[in-house]
Amino acid sequence: MNTQPILTLDSVTKSFGPVTVIKGVTVNVYPGKVQVLLGENGAGKSTLIKMMAGVHQPDGGRILVDGKEVKITDTKDSEALGIATIHQELNLVGSMTVAENISMGRFPRRFGLVDKRKMRETAREALAMIGLDIDVDLRVGDLGIARQQLVEIAKALSLNARMLVLDEPTAALTKREIAALFAVVEDLRKRDVGMVFISHHLDEIASIGDSVSVLRDGEFIAEVPADTHEDELVRLMVGRSIEAQFPRRREWDGPADTLLEVKGLSTKGVINDVTFSVRAGEIVGLAGLVGAGRTEVIRAIAGADPYVGGSVKVRGKDLPKSNIGAAIRAGVGHVPEDRKGQGLVLGATVNENVGYATLASTSKSGLVDRSGQRSRAQDIADKLRIRMHTLDQPVGSLSGGNQQKAVFARWIVANSSVLLLDEPTRGVDVGAKVEIYELMNAITAAGGAVVMVSSELPEVLGMSDRILVMSGGHISGELAAEHATQDAIMTLAVRDVQRDLEDKSMEDGHE
Amino acid sequence: MNKVATTTARKQVSSGAKAKKFLADNGALVGLVVLGLALFIATPDFLTGPNLLNIGIQASVIAVLAFGLTFVIVAAGIDLSVGSVAALSAMGSAWIFSTGSMPGWVAVVGGLAIGTLSGAVSGYAVAFGRLPSFIATLAMLSIARGLTLVISDGRPIATAPEVSFLGGNLGIIPMPIVVLVVAGLVAAFILNFTVMGRYMYAVGGNREAARLSGVPVRKVLVTVFALSGLFAAVAGLLLSGRLDSAQPQAASGYELDAIAAVVIGGASLAGGVGRITGTLVGALVLVVIRNGLNLLNVSSFWQQVVIGVVIAVAVGIDSLRRKNSPH
Repeated sequence: MNTQPILTLDSVTKSFGPVTVIKGVTVNVYPGKVQVLLGENGAGKSTLIKMMAGVHQPDGGRILVDGKEVKITDTKDSEALGIATIHQELNLVGSMTVAENISMGRFPRRFGLVDKRKMRETAREALAMIGLDIDVDLRVGDLGIARQQLVEIAKALSLNARMLVLDEPTAALTKREIAALFAVVEDLRKRDVGMVFISHHLDEIASIGDSVSVLRDGEFIAEVPADTHEDELVRLMVGRSIEAQFPRRREWDGPADTLLEVKGLSTKGVINDVTFSVRAGEIVGLAGLVGAGRTEVIRAIAGADPYVGGSVKVRGKDLPKSNIGAAIRAGVGHVPEDRKGQGLVLGATVNENVGYATLASTSKSGLVDRSGQRSRAQDIADKLRIRMHTLDQPVGSLSGGNQQKAVFARWIVANSSVLLLDEPTRGVDVGAKVEIYELMNAITAAGGAVVMVSSELPEVLGMSDRILVMSGGHISGELAAEHATQDAIMTLAVRDVQRDLEDKSMEDGHE
Repeated sequence: MNKVATTTARKQVSSGAKAKKFLADNGALVGLVVLGLALFIATPDFLTGPNLLNIGIQASVIAVLAFGLTFVIVAAGIDLSVGSVAALSAMGSAWIFSTGSMPGWVAVVGGLAIGTLSGAVSGYAVAFGRLPSFIATLAMLSIARGLTLVISDGRPIATAPEVSFLGGNLGIIPMPIVVLVVAGLVAAFILNFTVMGRYMYAVGGNREAARLSGVPVRKVLVTVFALSGLFAAVAGLLLSGRLDSAQPQAASGYELDAIAAVVIGGASLAGGVGRITGTLVGALVLVVIRNGLNLLNVSSFWQQVVIGVVIAVAVGIDSLRRKNSPH
């Protein structure tokens, strides 16, 4: 390749106190190419992109832009060099309009007032660059996450960015939205914009990337073409081959009692007449498109949201509506969708987070059983191999996979036998994913029942015993794991149950 | 032998690290010690028995208010009504004794009940009425002050002897200092050892995560405001005990000192963080500065300026420190 890279990180190193997080890593970003950074959480990807953005400065090595050595001391420097970072948490003000957001920090002025017309024009031009046609007067908060991301990309382009750093841009997007994003990336490639792409979804790499830099524990491992086989990528990333990506084992040989029984569950406006049951030792996958009502089903069972009709039984006993405490006492454990927002108190210690559900049940006359809570937390942390320095470190400082294990630990300590998992491996790296699957095996091997909501079809197919597919708030079909295919699931996921029912009732009427 | 030596060495290292962590976590305490040293050098009147007792007495009302407020702030709320609730509780107690001709102990219990109830009302408004705590307690600030004026008709009322006893001495130790210590111990015990106390941190740290983990969030919210009201009542009784009468304008504006004490003590207004020892140090910092400036004959007008700067600097340093730490 003869073209000069836009940006080169030349054997950079970085330490935080005694911990070296980047050890002599070299990355090149070429115009019109997508450079993928691949590595488990904690491999050093985010530190590298923070160097590009000027948030961190390397302790050793050089940063070159257009072949010239530069110092990027803050985000303004980075912006001036034409480097823009699209973070997972978007830098937009939800209460302001698209136009205002695109011109944020550099409002065009006329007689000392904001020139709104000019601002709208700038915004339209920026949006046109990525072929996004939306009203620039809409409030950004009213747009979906995918559109917001595109607005942020447009904003970067209107700042003359030549290089985009995309930090897990697909994590919160649906399949269709991802396709739209990739079309934009394709377009930018033609405009010679260089891109850095981070994703935990290996299947995306071949379709979007040109070249992959693999990192492990802060070290540069290899640079391989993007069409390298996924298994090989995993091997490079983890440093060993992972035997099975979905190690489902069915080891419960006790009676297949029905642990969870949901009958005719309906909530206001979202889910409609949902009925299913889960037996001991069983994992039931809940598949469907985002917005099909899967999360709502789980939340209603867990008592997090009220429902208007139907019943929930655990071990044959009715659960009262919207009563989280009662659900927990009955043995229901809920691992919510948004680990950081709903699963954990990030600022509190690992010890505290593991113990919340058992704080009251193990207390004596209102006093916390401090030593008991602590030893239970330590035991479970050892058992689940939660990687941490001490139980007293804030849970927010753990990696995503270990945070998720801490949420699981809470329910295992609470002896939950019905686990409701909502996207249990989202934002978790490959190695930790397998550990979470093993955890699910262990739960079912002990006679527990698991309901798993997941948008990753391979995961649903690989780990479930039965698959329920939801569409528009209904259960549109059930598939046995051995016969299910991605196509079969997708067909059910887009089935319009409501209309089918109406058609049927009309036919019945004619008869 | 050798093994013993290594273990000792390791212990020394870890105790050094512990000392470092202790200093980093207790910036306000370091500030207080430096302040004390500076005043010790600047004026011979500072480090004397009577002056230190005086500081203790002056700190007592603010510290007790701030202890109660610590519960609320840990749970990510704010209570603007503590000064007014203190005044209402004291006035209510005095009224029960003087106008209602009830025994003194009834007056004490009545005062505490009035404070707790006022707090609980704010708590209900926050937990069930979905009012932001700033608004609910702003309303309570006005309501409680108004009721104080209604009960008293704007005039001071004499307190029960049991209440006045709180303003007196126990041997050579002034009662306000005893109350301060007991209130501090009780508050620290609640926060650290009770289920409710740990729930407060969980609710303040992440309300939704706490709820989904089975924490009874509404009950926690009502409790923190009720406790804040109870502690405000104790502070109000202390204040009126020292004057032997409940004043209609007593403790006016004290909520701001109490908030300042909690925040200087290292609590975060975003919730989930805060300790009673920190709050105590915060209250002492405020009082020692006032005391020192008085000893140095600095006008009370300038004192306000200095206090403002101290609040800004203390919290500023703290948030800078947090930002620079890796997590």
